[in-house]
Order: sequence, then C-alpha cells, then structure tokens
Amino acid sequence: MAFTSAVITFPGSNCDRDMAVAIEQVCGGTVHRVWHGDADLPEGLDFIALPGGFSYGDYLRSGAMAARSPVMQAVVRAAERGVPVLGVCNGFQVLTEAGLLPGALMRNAGIRFVCRDVQLTVENNQSLFTAGYDAGQQITIPVAHHDGNYFADEATLDRIEGQGRVAFRYASPVNGSARNIAGVLNDRGNVLGMMPHPERMIEAAQGGTDGRALFESVVRGLVAA
Amino acid sequence: MKVRVLVTLKNGVLDPQGRAIHHALEGLGFSGVNDVRAGRVIELDVADTTSDEQLDDMCRKLLANMVIENYRIEKAG
Repeated sequence: MAFTSAVITFPGSNCDRDMAVAIEQVCGGTVHRVWHGDADLPEGLDFIALPGGFSYGDYLRSGAMAARSPVMQAVVRAAERGVPVLGVCNGFQVLTEAGLLPGALMRNAGIRFVCRDVQLTVENNQSLFTAGYDAGQQITIPVAHHDGNYFADEATLDRIEGQGRVAFRYASPVNGSARNIAGVLNDRGNVLGMMPHPERMIEAAQGGTDGRALFESVVRGLVAA
Repeated sequence: MKVRVLVTLKNGVLDPQGRAIHHALEGLGFSGVNDVRAGRVIELDVADTTSDEQLDDMCRKLLANMVIENYRIEKAG
C-alpha cells in the first residue's frame, strides 16, 4: 500500500517544501500539496503535516487565522477520524488554535527569536510518532521560533503529563515553556504538535538525522495498524 | 454600531512583552512603574442588530484565545 500524505500550505508557510521532501525521502509514497483555501483533502490520506512558517503573517496571534481557514475544518474532521496529524512550529500553533491540542504558544520568555539546535528528551516512546526512539533518548533537533513558549494551566499540565502526552521535552530551557514541554500529543495519540523541526534533521548534510525516526515511526505504525 | 474589544492576558500568565516595555520605560528614566501588561484593542463596526451574544461568540471563537486571554467589550455610547 502506497503511503499517501498531505502537506498543507498557508499563505506565509515557509517550511512546507522541507516537510514534503522529508516525507518523500523517509516515508515515500505520494505527498499531496494542499492549499489553505481548499475545502477538501485528498482521499485516503495516511498522514497530514502542518508545516512551520508565519501563516497569515502571524496576524492576531500565531496560527489564529490559519486555524479558521477552510482546509483546517477538513483537517479537524480527519483528525477526529484518527488520521495522524503532525504540526511543527507554526503547525503546532495552528493545532492549539484549532483546539486539537491543549494549551497555547506564547511569545518566548526571553523575547528574542530563538534559532539553534536544541537537545530534546523523548518522554514518551509509545506513541505513533515516537515509537522509533528509545524512552529517555536525547536527540538534537533545531528550533526557529518567536512564539514557542508553551502555556497551559497547572491542571491541564498535570493531566497531559499523567496521560503520557508530553512527547518531547527540552533538555534545558529554550523559550520559557511550562515544564520544558517541546511536543504534545492529543488524548487519542494521533495528533502531535512540536516546536522543534524534525524535517530539518533528515540527512547528514543537515547536521544530523535525529528527525528521521519520527517519520519512520508513522510509516511503521500504519503498516502495523 | 462601533464596538471596541479589549483583549488582555489573564492574571498569572507571564507577559514577556509587558516586561520588555516595563524595562524600556525604566531605561528612559520613568520611575515608579510597578507593572506593565500589554494587550490588544480591536475596533469593530457591526450592524446595530448585532446581539451581545454574537459579540461574545466572536470574541470566544477568534478575537481572544480563552486559554491565555480575557476580553472586555465596550460599546461606543
């Protein structure tokens, strides 16, 4: 069965091509490029990715406008059917704004844009997206964001921690995120949002390959399902 | 009808922008500033028939992010 995926492009997305290339190289199959104004997604998708960037110029709040775009209604319906959805950076912001993930991403605590490789700890390696990593494994993945400061109230944080929904944690503080959370899963485990960019660590020329296992995990999870 | 929506961060939510503004004010020599919180003002011109409920809905669905923000609606008298 050929792996069929979609990468959504919003006006202002700028990591959509990187994401499509990463999926093509690691997952293979067909990668559909879908525009934000499309009301429908291609049939039979195995995977949907929301890329990084500055959708709608970050107007109002990062991800706020994109979350209300026509294609997102279709993405929400697909997520509710169980289709795996990955949101990276601005994609993570869009997922929280769309209500698919808890919490919000605020301005970095240090005000500055942060653009560098960071160390992550794989907190949960039982998820569809992280099964290819070892529990507690340290990986290196770059971040590039201004609004990556994850916020949720204490009760929500306790709940998602208790349910094993923190997929990745920064090994040391990067942006002021509550409990150093870098990536969060939904309760069903088929939606992952993360600020670091796994699609930028796919081949040695990019400085490392720690991002590959995430995409490999998705393919293996689907074959097993 | 002119409506003004004031969106502010909830109490207890760290406001890095407010803190930077606070810092800058102190740098300019203004003393006695205890705290600064930055927010957003959105001015709407809506049909006179727009109900309070509809305005609330607009705020909850888009203008404010209820996870981190509060809003207040002011109607121009």
